[in-house]
Amino acid sequence: MFELIRSNKRRSVALVVMFVVIVAMVGAAIGAVVGNGIAFTLAALVISGIIAFTSYWKADKIALRVSRARPAPVDEYQRLHNLVEGLCIAGGLPKPGVYIIDDPAPNAFATGRNPNHAAIAVTTGLLEKMNRVELEGVVAHELSHIRNYDILVSTLAVTMVGAVALMADMTIRVMWWNGGRVARRGDPQNGSNPLALLGIAMLVVAPVVAKAMQATISRRRETLADISACQLTRYPPGLISALEKLQEDTTVTHAASTATAHLWIEQPMSGVGDDGKLGGIHKMFNTHPPLDERIALLREL
Amino acid sequence: MIAVIIVIVVVVILVALVIGAYNGLIRRRNQVDNAWSQIDVQLKRRIDLIPNLVETVKGYAAHERETLEAVISARNAAMAAPDTPKEQAAADGILTGALRQLFALSEAYPDLKANQNFLALQEELTATEGRVAYARQFYNDSVLDYNNKLDQFPTVVLAKMFNFERRDYFEAEDEARTVPTVDF
Repeated sequence: MFELIRSNKRRSVALVVMFVVIVAMVGAAIGAVVGNGIAFTLAALVISGIIAFTSYWKADKIALRVSRARPAPVDEYQRLHNLVEGLCIAGGLPKPGVYIIDDPAPNAFATGRNPNHAAIAVTTGLLEKMNRVELEGVVAHELSHIRNYDILVSTLAVTMVGAVALMADMTIRVMWWNGGRVARRGDPQNGSNPLALLGIAMLVVAPVVAKAMQATISRRRETLADISACQLTRYPPGLISALEKLQEDTTVTHAASTATAHLWIEQPMSGVGDDGKLGGIHKMFNTHPPLDERIALLREL
Repeated sequence: MIAVIIVIVVVVILVALVIGAYNGLIRRRNQVDNAWSQIDVQLKRRIDLIPNLVETVKGYAAHERETLEAVISARNAAMAAPDTPKEQAAADGILTGALRQLFALSEAYPDLKANQNFLALQEELTATEGRVAYARQFYNDSVLDYNNKLDQFPTVVLAKMFNFERRDYFEAEDEARTVPTVDF
């Protein structure tokens, strides 16, 4: 377990460095095009530094916010609170913040930067569809993410992937600014827009970069969390039947977005686009291992 | 000169290793103690819930004296039990059995089963029982971790030197292992 924690901390540092380098490179590229390379690179470095810094301190709040999670009142969700408390005792963890998301799709995620600053969020759909032991399995899975420091890497990735996506969006907008290329007075005579070229490059590169960043939170982590969840509950059938229920359910989790997809216990948009011509490529970029595989693995315990 | 430096480096590394191993032992031992007190906290919580439960049940099934008294005496015994894993396990096994009887009995009283207060207490007691079990699990995990370190080389040398003692596991008593039979 300590091995895992160390590796997660290493990955977090790598993620931050990767992010800063990418942003600095984009800044340098813009600078080179516009003609003031050093100033733009420095600005990009400062901006990425600020984003990285706030990511570490505030990313959990952001992740909860974009998922529209609200704190779960103790009297209303007593059972959930009881389950979380019990499992925290089993794992020797402090109790994390407990949040509720109003969404009929059953799903859950954990976020934070360390066990002392962590939160878990579950959807109302999960509470409705799962019985006590199943819910316990899901909560144990999320607590394992907290215990192994998976939450640090994955939460950092939320804001950084989000920032890269935002940058891509912005350059695309800049590119279409003069959409139909209607000539205007004052247009440069050669009629080319260097920023547009950069925009196209970003358009191609950004999604790949975002996926690569999410890939640092390897899919193996989900399987590992499943196994450590069973170490906590000492009852694999609970988590197995929870995963089976998640498999049967095909509701899309609307509270999730591309940036937070890898946080959830089940892929939020599972099944969408898996068929058809590009199905294979689509599956390659899945943030989670298929549920059948996870279930089969737990059966062997 | 070089020989002296090498000796100094080796000594410094050795001292650092010894300090690290010693601190590791202390950390694990403290975790065992902490895990043990966690069990106490949860048991206390359970004991505090019982008078409330007995009062609620009395309102609906006062003539089930035998069961109620069994619960109360089991509670008193659990409160008086000495603070060792074995004794506590025994007292707690009896209390768990008595409580199960009480809940089994409530099946015969629809009014009681519909009582909001009773339902809340039942959820609270189930949860607390789960927490007690989890606290014990964590205690045993901590003991395993600690005892392992005591036996492993090279910490075993240190442990012998500083008289670190092995800790007992918490083992469920027979009463707690057998599920009480319920007749309908």
